[in-house]
Amino acid sequence: MSTKTMKKVFAFPTSLKPAETHYCPGCGHSIAHRLVAECLDELNLRGRTIGVPGVGCAFLAYNYFNFDVVEAPHGRALAVATGVKRVHPDKFVITYQGDGDLAAIGTGETIHAANRGEKISTVFINNAIYGMTGGQMAPTTIIGQRSTTTPGGRSAVRDGSPIDISRMLAVADGAVYIERCALTTVKDIRKAKRAMAKSFRCQLEGLGFSLVELLSPCPTNWKLTPKDAWKWVNEDLQQVFPVGVIKDTTGFEETA
Amino acid sequence: MKGDRVLMRGSDTAGEAAVRAGCRFYFGYPITPQNELPEYLASRLPEVGGVFIQAESEVASINIALGASAAGARVMTSSSSPGISLMQEGISYMVGSQLPAVIVNMMRGGPGLGNIAPSAADYLQTTRGGGHGDCRMPVLAPADCQELAELTFLAFDLADKYRTPVILLGDGLMGQVMEPVIFPDPIDPAKLAPKDWALDGCEGREPRIICSYYPQTGELYSHNFLLQAKYDAISANEMRWESYATEDAKVIVVAYGTASRIARSAIDDLREQGFQIGMFRPITLWPFPEAALREVVGEGRSVAVFELCLGQMVEDVRLAVKGQDAIHFLGVPGGNIPTPSEVAEFLKSIADGSGGIGRRIAV
Repeated sequence: MSTKTMKKVFAFPTSLKPAETHYCPGCGHSIAHRLVAECLDELNLRGRTIGVPGVGCAFLAYNYFNFDVVEAPHGRALAVATGVKRVHPDKFVITYQGDGDLAAIGTGETIHAANRGEKISTVFINNAIYGMTGGQMAPTTIIGQRSTTTPGGRSAVRDGSPIDISRMLAVADGAVYIERCALTTVKDIRKAKRAMAKSFRCQLEGLGFSLVELLSPCPTNWKLTPKDAWKWVNEDLQQVFPVGVIKDTTGFEETA
Repeated sequence: MKGDRVLMRGSDTAGEAAVRAGCRFYFGYPITPQNELPEYLASRLPEVGGVFIQAESEVASINIALGASAAGARVMTSSSSPGISLMQEGISYMVGSQLPAVIVNMMRGGPGLGNIAPSAADYLQTTRGGGHGDCRMPVLAPADCQELAELTFLAFDLADKYRTPVILLGDGLMGQVMEPVIFPDPIDPAKLAPKDWALDGCEGREPRIICSYYPQTGELYSHNFLLQAKYDAISANEMRWESYATEDAKVIVVAYGTASRIARSAIDDLREQGFQIGMFRPITLWPFPEAALREVVGEGRSVAVFELCLGQMVEDVRLAVKGQDAIHFLGVPGGNIPTPSEVAEFLKSIADGSGGIGRRIAV
């Protein structure tokens, strides 16, 4: 009989603490955390990473991320991350922000960090709603979508249209790579991981600012089952926010 | 120019002192009357391998400073009154997260957009915490460029020692005036004590978390007591003040910053006329040197307060001199700068008992 050596092909990422998260069933945050951790592990970055979570459902991300983390006031993650990165240009700095944080209260900090070409990788969770505060309208809430502050559905006339911040950021010269992905099907999630790894590589190569937007289900505040929430991302949210590369001036492909 | 006497503007003095105190990171947003400080550092910091960023707002400035501080650097930002209002969110986070920084406020007239003239109307905003929550931080008030240079060094030391933001409180006049300065010897930032709480990646150690959020039952309760113990230690160890011509004084005027310089001239004039008047000048506005003031005032002396606003520090003086009948108060708002002779008239009216100038505030 031949002896077979077992090869480890899968393990819990070192960049995550073995903790149970507080996220709701079907929420995209757990998947996004996992992708961040897997990418950091695979690029061997954990020991020199400093994370800056924004305020939102993921503000407690430091309980799950197994690396250095500094809290930022609501919306200010990219300002805080700028300070960290300018002090430690040789370290790896990521922000992890929701749509309210990045595209409403923090719009100024976001646009200007991107425009300065800060060598930071941003993970942008777009779930079209304010999760932590209980389901109010987000800047990315789509027309007709009900929230606790748009009880009859978002109205373009009254509330304005959903803002596509990723496309807005793409006009900034300092932004080198922006891609929108979805945290729904296995295929989509694998694509999201590839985008994240590419964004991380942009920073490692000192190219400039990069961002991966992740369309992320929020079954609790959408008042849908997890399965219907995934369906809503794929059939409704993607109508307004189509997935795909929004900007890429890097000149390289991520193969991992 | 080590040890040399140089002629320098107040804003430039704060910038040069920061560089010599080992600060290599400055982030700020333009606002009059302190633009010379960021302008100075925009050219000075690159000379020493430092980083200057003109941020998109004061909100961004303070938060970039927060990040740089969390990363372990000595960092400065500056603004003037309305800009400091915008920074207060970040200041509170820095107090809560125990992050050091030096924040310069060259005050201007208010409220609102006010004007760009020298004023001292941010005393309460600054000394009552400077941000939301149970928040306190040291506030240093220099009266001239030499003292500004020295207090800038002290501000960085206090910030690191107590892990707290520190405010340097000047005004438009302090920012603009040119005076001779001898700077303290420069500090090499590489030789500063390492910060065992700062973030630089968790290689070879456990990950560190810097935050101001304490959600579990009892956590914030304990954290607030920890901060209070720090505030108590600062109050016990770091009060600073100056007494001027107080030994034989029958009237003690309390004034800080620009107001103290006008008061000093008035006192010098009045002393030539035989009036025994002295001054107590708080240098730390928080912690306010309450016991020292009480001791200087002692028994049987009249207390006067002169401020470039309509009465803010006077509240601290009232608390300090309980037992006095009244405080004589002269407040000049709106960025108007009275002449020494106007202040002398006020002080004389107290000394000769004629009264009638300023307000009499019951204690």
